[in-house]
Amino acid sequence: MTYGIIQIVLFLSVVLLLVKPLGWYMTRVYENKPCGLDRILGPVERAIYRLCGVNPANEMGWKRYTVAMLAFNAAGFIVLYALMRLQGFLPLNPQHFPAVPSDMAFNTAVSFITNTNWQAYGGETTMSYLTQMLGLAVQNFVSAASGMAVLVALIRGFVRRNSQTIGNFWVDLTRSLLYILIPLSLIIAILLASQGVVQTFKAYPTATLVEPITMADGNSVTEQTIAVGPTASQIAIKHLGTNGGGFFNANSAHPLENPTPLSNFLEMLAIILIPGALCYTFGKMAGDTKQGWAILASMVIIFICLLALCCWSEQKGTPQLISAGADLQASSTQSGGNMEGKEVRFGIFNSALFATTTTGTSCGAVNSMHDSYTPLGGMVPMWLIQLGEVIFGGVGSGLYGMLAFAILTVFIAGLMVGRTPEYLGKKIESYEMKMASLVILLPIFLALVGTAVAVATKAGQAGAFNPGPHGFSEILYGYSSATNNNGSAFGGLSCNTPFYNYTLAIAMLGGRYLFKILMLAIAGSLAAKKYVPASAGTLSTSDSMFVILLISVVIVVGALSFIPALALGPIVEHLMMIGR
Amino acid sequence: MIRILRQSVACIVVFTVITGVIYPLVVTGVAQLVFPHQANGSLLIDNGKTVGSSLIGQSFSSPKYFWARPSATSPMPYNAANSSGSNLGPLNPALTENVKARITQLKAADAASKQAVPVDLVTASGSGLDPDISPAAAEYQVSRVAKTRNIDESEVRKLIAEYTRDRQLGILGEPRVNVLELNLALDGLKNK
Repeated sequence: MTYGIIQIVLFLSVVLLLVKPLGWYMTRVYENKPCGLDRILGPVERAIYRLCGVNPANEMGWKRYTVAMLAFNAAGFIVLYALMRLQGFLPLNPQHFPAVPSDMAFNTAVSFITNTNWQAYGGETTMSYLTQMLGLAVQNFVSAASGMAVLVALIRGFVRRNSQTIGNFWVDLTRSLLYILIPLSLIIAILLASQGVVQTFKAYPTATLVEPITMADGNSVTEQTIAVGPTASQIAIKHLGTNGGGFFNANSAHPLENPTPLSNFLEMLAIILIPGALCYTFGKMAGDTKQGWAILASMVIIFICLLALCCWSEQKGTPQLISAGADLQASSTQSGGNMEGKEVRFGIFNSALFATTTTGTSCGAVNSMHDSYTPLGGMVPMWLIQLGEVIFGGVGSGLYGMLAFAILTVFIAGLMVGRTPEYLGKKIESYEMKMASLVILLPIFLALVGTAVAVATKAGQAGAFNPGPHGFSEILYGYSSATNNNGSAFGGLSCNTPFYNYTLAIAMLGGRYLFKILMLAIAGSLAAKKYVPASAGTLSTSDSMFVILLISVVIVVGALSFIPALALGPIVEHLMMIGR
Repeated sequence: MIRILRQSVACIVVFTVITGVIYPLVVTGVAQLVFPHQANGSLLIDNGKTVGSSLIGQSFSSPKYFWARPSATSPMPYNAANSSGSNLGPLNPALTENVKARITQLKAADAASKQAVPVDLVTASGSGLDPDISPAAAEYQVSRVAKTRNIDESEVRKLIAEYTRDRQLGILGEPRVNVLELNLALDGLKNK
């Protein structure tokens, strides 16, 4: 218990300590100022522009920026889909996996270009090394960089005055990759390899079991085939890019994907580091770092409250486990609590912390199976996703989502005092409000309608694995996760069916691209506006009052939208648990 | 428009080469050079024979071995080519039944034991491949293993202590006992 709290404090301290230096560095990168690495990588950057026929000095309006982003993502989709369908004929396939079926390939390609990384597939039983490396890992990089580019464009919208342009997509993409994602991935990948994450192109090795297993049919199993692969390189970016699609089916619960408590710490840190630091980058680029800290403070406060609920509920476990005869009491020799679906090396606190981190951000990697969490413990990750992935959120996407909430907050505050709302010196008018409202309502709509369609149809009902309200929770979690581009699941859901593969893919596409297009529209509109200097009547957006307002708006919107649905899932399940 | 399409295709090709070929090859090169044991799966070799990985659990059911946690992989437990948790919900009757059956099994193997059964020893791990059990779960099994092997309990406890990993860097994670390594050491004891 004490150790659990110490580890959480340590984790958050390290995150907060790194926010400023990394945030400062990323500001240099996006403002095109010397950042140190440009001395080595500058020639590479220029070569990329030459090869791709990009003139980095060419500024784009928001529409052109949007088209470039969409076209690039579409090209990525085609490459990834083709790789999966053709992997049987391609090299680096030592396990001789056949082509990925078309509906699963469609779902997976959509899922990886949208930074969702939903796993309808089991990595070690479906994907060749070539597909993992040349397809999935590449999208891990570029989908994250696309999100960062959109954020930077939005920040420019606030910063620029009377401007028709918001930057150059190709430059933002290239600089995100070259100066931020690739160097950080190299460091994390090698640290992970030192802990035991595998990195090899050899076929799966076989071990002779110490004690053979006798199967139900009387046959004896004497060998264990151990899935390996080029894992460390992919896991680093899976976390840094808040992607979350595991190399192996069990994701970061797998001992070769997350072998030690230190690798676990690094993987959690890698998830939250860039989204946290981007808040500082935002403040710095906007010319007032307090603005960034206020946003970050709101995120941290919500994060800690929900983390506490998750830890408490998982440590307490269920009366069902206790009455079955298990000892759930935490002691110096066991973590106790609800250990179903959790690993001994992580115990309760590191599992709950990972679950909160991966769902507050849009990562979706898991080091424990959320489906087996207690009702309230499992509601925490689900609700964090439903809040719109703004508690840190995905790289780029989390902050632009939170900025939509900030716009809504200044609007509500403006209504209270009867003034035209302003944010960062820009008037927020009806156009921005319409777009921001759509940004907030759209994912809620997609998640709830998707769930409704699934529970109303036979094909949808067939996917639920657990009986009762928990089966409903699995479906609700699935559509919430897809729409908000998280990618984690209540894993019991049998989602590898044409129904789920296609409907979830639609949810992912809608959640990602409509969201992005609307945010870029806001960026374009803001950039064209003139600057309004703050006056005595302007609401401060960097003090504690604003932090409280912003938290309230996020919570109220999230609660009003999802409490009815949650009442049918985890809440009623909790009541059944304690009232049996 | 045509120009944007051309740029898109060129960019995806260039970044596929950089992040999909150069980057993983660099990581593989460094990992294989500096951490070859870890990069290849932390395999345990005994007399030239691969007997497992120190990071991947194996299934044990004989009373002379320490038992690992239940595993939900299919078709057999601890299938390291198809990792998976049980995904049973907290109120699923199947979960309660599995736990009860496991407790019955443990009690049957050591009728004299009156200790409470540690929860990790009766619940399936997330990966189905958990190499560890808690020190409490190891302690629970000491009397059975010692009796079956006809050795002193203190000798077994000494081995447990040897294969217990404390919190990493003194803080991180949970203390744990590696089941495969412990069992291999137990077998080694006999050969001495």
